[in-house]
Amino acid sequence: MSDQDVLVLAEARGDALADVTFELLAAGRELARATGGQVLAVVLGPNGAAHAPALAAADRIIAVDDPQLAEYSPEPFASALREVVEAEQPRAVLTASTSIGWDVAPLLAARLDAPLATGCQAIRPDGDGLLVTASFCGGKMLAECRVAASPAILMMLPGSYRPTDETGKGELEQRKPAAPLEPGAIAFEQWIYPEAGDVDITQQDVLVAVGRGIQQQDNVELAEELAQALGGAVCASRPVVDQGWLPATRQVGKSGMIVKPKLYLALGVSGAPEHQEGMKGAELIIAVNTDPKAPIFDVAHYGAEVDMLDLMPALSEAIAARKG
Amino acid sequence: MNIVVVVRQVPDLIEPLEIVPSGDALDLDAASFILNESDDHALEQALLLKEAGGGSVTVVALDFGDVDNTLYTAVAKGADRIVKIACDGDTPPAPRDSAAVYAEAIKPLEAELVLVGVQAHDELDGGLSPFLAAALELPYVGVIRGVKADDAPGTVAACKEFPGAVMARMSVKLPAVLGILGADQPPRYVPVSRIRGAMKTAQFEESAATLAAGELLLSVSRLYPPAPATRAEMLSGSEEEIAGRIAEILAEKGLVK
Ligand SMILES: Cc1cc2nc3c(=O)[nH]c(=O)nc-3n(C[C@H](O)[C@H](O)[C@H](O)COP(=O)(O)OP(=O)(O)OC[C@H]3O[C@@H](n4cnc5c(N)ncnc54)[C@H](O)[C@@H]3O)c2cc1C
Ligand SMILES: Nc1ncnc2c1ncn2[C@@H]1O[C@H](COP(=O)(O)O)[C@@H](O)[C@H]1O
Repeated sequence: MSDQDVLVLAEARGDALADVTFELLAAGRELARATGGQVLAVVLGPNGAAHAPALAAADRIIAVDDPQLAEYSPEPFASALREVVEAEQPRAVLTASTSIGWDVAPLLAARLDAPLATGCQAIRPDGDGLLVTASFCGGKMLAECRVAASPAILMMLPGSYRPTDETGKGELEQRKPAAPLEPGAIAFEQWIYPEAGDVDITQQDVLVAVGRGIQQQDNVELAEELAQALGGAVCASRPVVDQGWLPATRQVGKSGMIVKPKLYLALGVSGAPEHQEGMKGAELIIAVNTDPKAPIFDVAHYGAEVDMLDLMPALSEAIAARKG
Repeated sequence: MNIVVVVRQVPDLIEPLEIVPSGDALDLDAASFILNESDDHALEQALLLKEAGGGSVTVVALDFGDVDNTLYTAVAKGADRIVKIACDGDTPPAPRDSAAVYAEAIKPLEAELVLVGVQAHDELDGGLSPFLAAALELPYVGVIRGVKADDAPGTVAACKEFPGAVMARMSVKLPAVLGILGADQPPRYVPVSRIRGAMKTAQFEESAATLAAGELLLSVSRLYPPAPATRAEMLSGSEEEIAGRIAEILAEKGLVK
C-alpha cells in the first residue's frame, strides 16, 4: 500500500469482465508508472478470484466477497469499495462511466469528501495532484482540470485507453468486509431482458442509424426505405427510443447495443460519447448532420452537412439506380 | 406519494458554445438555456407516479436561466408546487456545491421520493443526484428508466439500465433519491395556452436556502473544443450529388451490388 497507488474498480458482466475494465487497467498502468506506485484491481462479488487471471495487468488483485455482493445494489457495493479505498489510501480510484460507476463513484466521493471528475479521457500527475482531461457538453468541449486532493475519484470515458499487454505482479488477495455488509434500502430483485423477436442489430452488416434529427415518427419510414435499399436495418440513438419510435433493442450506445457493422450511416445523430461507445468500431462510418461541429464527424470517415430528410430519399434513389 | 423533482437549466447544445476570454469557463452570457433533458424525464416520471397513485409533485429549481418558463410549464403539466432558490451572480454553482443548497430547500418539504436527472451535460464534478442523496442522508440509485409503485407499501420498483437493453429491477424503500435517465413515457407536450394559464395562476414559493461555496476539489484551468485526430472527409454539393457520391463510395467498397 502506498499513496502513489492507482486503484481500479473491475466490473464483472455475467461470467466475464466488462471490456472497459481492461481500458481502466491500461490507464492505471500508465499513471502508476508515472507516480511510481502499484496498480490495484478491486473486484466485488462471489466470483472475484475467478477473474484474477484476466486482471494480470494489476499488481494486486483484491477480491472482496460477501453475500450482499451476489448481485449489484448500490449500498453494499459502495461500502465494500469504500473499505478497500480507506485501507489502501491510493492516489486515484478509476471507475468507468457505466451504470455501476455512475452510482458508486459519486457515493464514494461524497463519503470520503474526495474530488470526483466525470468524462475523464486522460490523466497525468502534476506535482502532488493530477491533471485530468475530461469531456463534457455531449462531447463538444474538453476541460483541463487539476485535482489536488487524494484519492481522486475519476470516472473514465470508455474508449479513452487501449487495453495493454503489460502485466503486473498479479497477486490475488481474497477478503471479506470487516463486518458483514448491510443490504441497504435498495435491493436487487431481478434482471429483465429485452423481448426477443425484433431484428438483432448486432448481426447486421449495414445499419442506418437515426438520431433526434429525424424529428418525428412518420419520418422513420424514410429510414426504413433506405435501410431496405441497402439491405440493412434501422437503429437509433437514445432520444428516438425514448420517444417510443423504435424498440429498445434498436438502441446503439452505452445502455443499448455495441455494433460493428461494415457500414454505419449516422443520420441526425450528434455523436455524444454515450452513443459513440456503441458504434466506434464500425468499418465504415458515414455521418449526415446539419451541424458542422457535431462530434459524430470526429469518428466518421465521410461526412455531409445536409438535411437528413432530403438526403434519405435521394440516397434511396441513388442506390436503386446503381442496382439498376 | 409526496414527490420532489429538481430541474436544472443547461446550455442548449444546438447553439455554438463559447468560452470566456480567460479560457477556463463557458461563456454563459452567449448561451441560451433549456431544461436538462434527464430532469424533464424525472418530472414526467413524478407526474406518472402521481397520476397512478395520488400525492403531490413539488418542483425545485435554482433561479437561473429560463427557469420561470420551465416551472410554469411544470405546473401546466400537472405539478402542484414550484419552489425557487435564489442564485446571485450569473454563474450557477458546481453540482457538488449546489447539492447542499438543494438539500436545504428540500428538507422542509418532507419528500418521500426525490427524483433528479442522472446527468446534466454541463457538469464535470459528478452527477447532482448522488451528492444530493448524500446531503439528505437518503439512499440512492441512478441510471433509472421507469419507476412504479410497488406492492409493498412505502416502496417503489425502479428499473436500472445496464448495457444491451438489459435492466435490473430494484426495490427501493422510501424515502430515497433516484437518478432518472428516462421516464416510463416520453415527456408530455403541453399547449402554450396551458402554460400561459399557469403563468396567471401559479405562485412561486421562495426557498430560504442559501448557497455556500464548498471547498474547491476540482479546478478547471482551460476549456477547448476537441481537435480530432481524424476528421471526416466532407462531401459537398446538392443532396442529389452527395447521395450519388455516397452510392459510389458504397459501390467501391462492395456494399451495394
Ligand atoms: C447513462 C447514460 C446512458 C446513455 N446511453 C445512451 C445510449 O445507449 N445511446 C445513445 O444514443 N445515447 C445514450 N445516452 C444519451 C446521450 O448522452 C445523448 O443524449 C444522445 O446520444 C443524443 O442523441 P442524438 O444524437 O440523437 O440527439 P442530439 O444530441 O439532440 O443530436 C441531434 C443531431 O441531429 C442534428 N440534426 C437536427 N436536424 C437535422 C436534420 N434535419 N438533418 C441532419 N441533422 C440534423 C443536430 O445538428 C444534432 O447534431 C446516454 C446518456 C446517459 C447519461
Ligand atoms: N454484475 C453485473 N453488472 C452488469 N451487468 C450485469 C451483471 N450481471 C449480469 N449483468 C447483465 O445481465 C446479463 C446476464 O447476466 P446473468 O443472467 O447474471 O448471467 C449480462 O450480459 C449483463 O448484461
